[in-house]
Amino acid sequence: MAKIKGTVVVATERCKGCGVCVEACPCNVLGLATEVNGKGYRYVKMANPDACTGCASCAIICPDSCLVIYRQKFE
Amino acid sequence: MAEVEIKAENLVYGKPRLITDEVMHYCPGCSHGTVHKLVAEVIEEMGLEGASVGVSPVGCSVFAYRYIDIDWIEAAHGRACAVATAAKRLNPQNLVFTYQGDGDLAAIGAGETIHAAARGENIVTIFINNAIYGMTGGQMSPTTLLGMKTATTPYGRDPQLNGFPYKIADMMAHLDGATYITRQSVHTPAAVRKCKKAIRKAFENSMAGNGYSLVEVVATCNSGWKLSPVAANKWMEENMVPVYPLGDIKSTTLPK
Amino acid sequence: MADKEVKLMKGNEVIAHAAVRCGCDGYFGYPITPQSEVMETLMELEPWKTTGMVVLQAESEVSSINMVYGGAATGKKVMTSSSSPGVSLMSEGLSYIAASELPCLVVNCQRGGPGLGTIQPSQGDYFQACKGGGHGDYHLIVLAPASVQEMHDFVGLGFDLAFKYRNPAMILADGAIGQMMEKVVLAPQQPRRTQEELLAQCGKWATTGKGERKEQNICTSLELQSELMEKINERMQAKYREIEQNEARWEEIECEDADYIIVAFGSSARICSATVEMARKEGLKVGLLRPITLYPFPTKPIEALAERGVKGFLSVELNAGQMVEDVRLAVEGKAPVKHYGRMGGMMFNPQDVLDELKDKLVK
Repeated sequence: MAKIKGTVVVATERCKGCGVCVEACPCNVLGLATEVNGKGYRYVKMANPDACTGCASCAIICPDSCLVIYRQKFE
Repeated sequence: MAEVEIKAENLVYGKPRLITDEVMHYCPGCSHGTVHKLVAEVIEEMGLEGASVGVSPVGCSVFAYRYIDIDWIEAAHGRACAVATAAKRLNPQNLVFTYQGDGDLAAIGAGETIHAAARGENIVTIFINNAIYGMTGGQMSPTTLLGMKTATTPYGRDPQLNGFPYKIADMMAHLDGATYITRQSVHTPAAVRKCKKAIRKAFENSMAGNGYSLVEVVATCNSGWKLSPVAANKWMEENMVPVYPLGDIKSTTLPK
Repeated sequence: MADKEVKLMKGNEVIAHAAVRCGCDGYFGYPITPQSEVMETLMELEPWKTTGMVVLQAESEVSSINMVYGGAATGKKVMTSSSSPGVSLMSEGLSYIAASELPCLVVNCQRGGPGLGTIQPSQGDYFQACKGGGHGDYHLIVLAPASVQEMHDFVGLGFDLAFKYRNPAMILADGAIGQMMEKVVLAPQQPRRTQEELLAQCGKWATTGKGERKEQNICTSLELQSELMEKINERMQAKYREIEQNEARWEEIECEDADYIIVAFGSSARICSATVEMARKEGLKVGLLRPITLYPFPTKPIEALAERGVKGFLSVELNAGQMVEDVRLAVEGKAPVKHYGRMGGMMFNPQDVLDELKDKLVK
């Protein structure tokens, strides 16, 4: 059965670790990294990459336009 | 399980072209950044990059010109609608919009805003209502809720001392020159999508010469409210939205 | 050449005609006595139907000057007119326009102040106009008309200087010049600039919408970094030195052999020119130096007269003594500099001025 998978590419230096995307993700894909970026913010990353469907809810709500979403169909 | 390939055909959503690469100075989670993104997306989708002039008055978003790649005029506090009135009347072919906070629009700029609407100026106002003066450090504004703590209402807004918050968008609905007035928010993905549609409708309304459009965005101010971004979104939904209900307030054409 | 168009007109009315004829793009104003005829005349002329000029009555002078600011930011030729209390409300806007290095024209038809005061003529806004009524280091280029013809001529001149230096220009008139009727020769109609011509002239800075341009044009006076804000101020000061060097204008009436010099502008100068004649009849060698630009102030000619040994200067103004300070600065103690003035809208007559000159200067 065909499966849609997505992935989230994070502009880590632009992210301020606000966590709004983590909250908005319907599949609990995202989490804040333990590492920090140049400004000391714990940027967001995919904690459960396999759960991502590429729905882009996270990117849509991101105030800093940090997230780029790709989606692909797998047979 | 195979990995998603990072290539153009698979791209679903990314940073809008008209959002510059400069990291925004806004506090983490601030609604300004989200609304900036929607404005940039709508301008690009309408092909108006070359014809847009934004007016950014004093307030956190005075630096909007660093983040959205169009021509901008920075305005004195409260005067954005006057600046935009002239910029539009002298260049009717342009899309002219103001991007104002609640202090700028409903306090010092109430006169300019109401009269621009009353005259039916073909401009759009993006009105970020987070019930506080963000840039100056979180003071009370005309839309601060009763009981709400701010730097100038440290024990909560008390009507005897500080009067009552007022719903300027509803007031302006009575002005014949204002043809599209809506209240939106950007605290959930669904809300963001609706807000983008509203901004698009407002820009189209303006370019069609159908009078004044106001898009109020009920928004958060994490630093002013002293809440985390996620908590602020929640607090807004529970406290701000009941006082400033979301949805279209007016959508009509200019009276003949 | 078509014969000249000669009219009998009020100063305020001719401002409107001159604006339309010099290709002005927009007027934004608010009613205030004694200059409401400017906007009334524009509304009668309906230039939006002929040249396409925008004319808009705003809800306040604060709004008017910010409309002028918005229009100027887009490179258009825009103006407003008001009177003393209204011009006070425009001070912040004027500071923004100067700091953003934008051209515009503001007409101040002065009335007696301070406060609500009276609607009769006065020159009590000299400091406000020349020393900067708003915040920060900036100057307006200030032209002082003494006739209805000069009211007409200074609209075109004011715009030319404003665009030449990208700085606000002011016509500092008063209720008398605004309300009096005189013969005036009207300039022929000049077409408004096309958008292409505007882009050629102002395209590098004007917020016209990017069009094909890659970079944004941003009109702002905000600069939080002090090093950069000082650079902006230094650039402005260099401009003012250049204006002071090149744009001072004045008229000298019988000053060559004068023992005493009256310095007066606008309505006062009209009266003092009669005083010069009266004095000369009595064998008293008096001359009149009439500043036409109040900023840049005509310091050099006054310096020269003081160098030549003029025995005394009388600054005659409809105020408590403002321009007298600039005359003193120019004379630098080489001769006594006194002031004579009336306030509250009262005016002196030529004999009053002569009596004062004798009393204060002639020993």
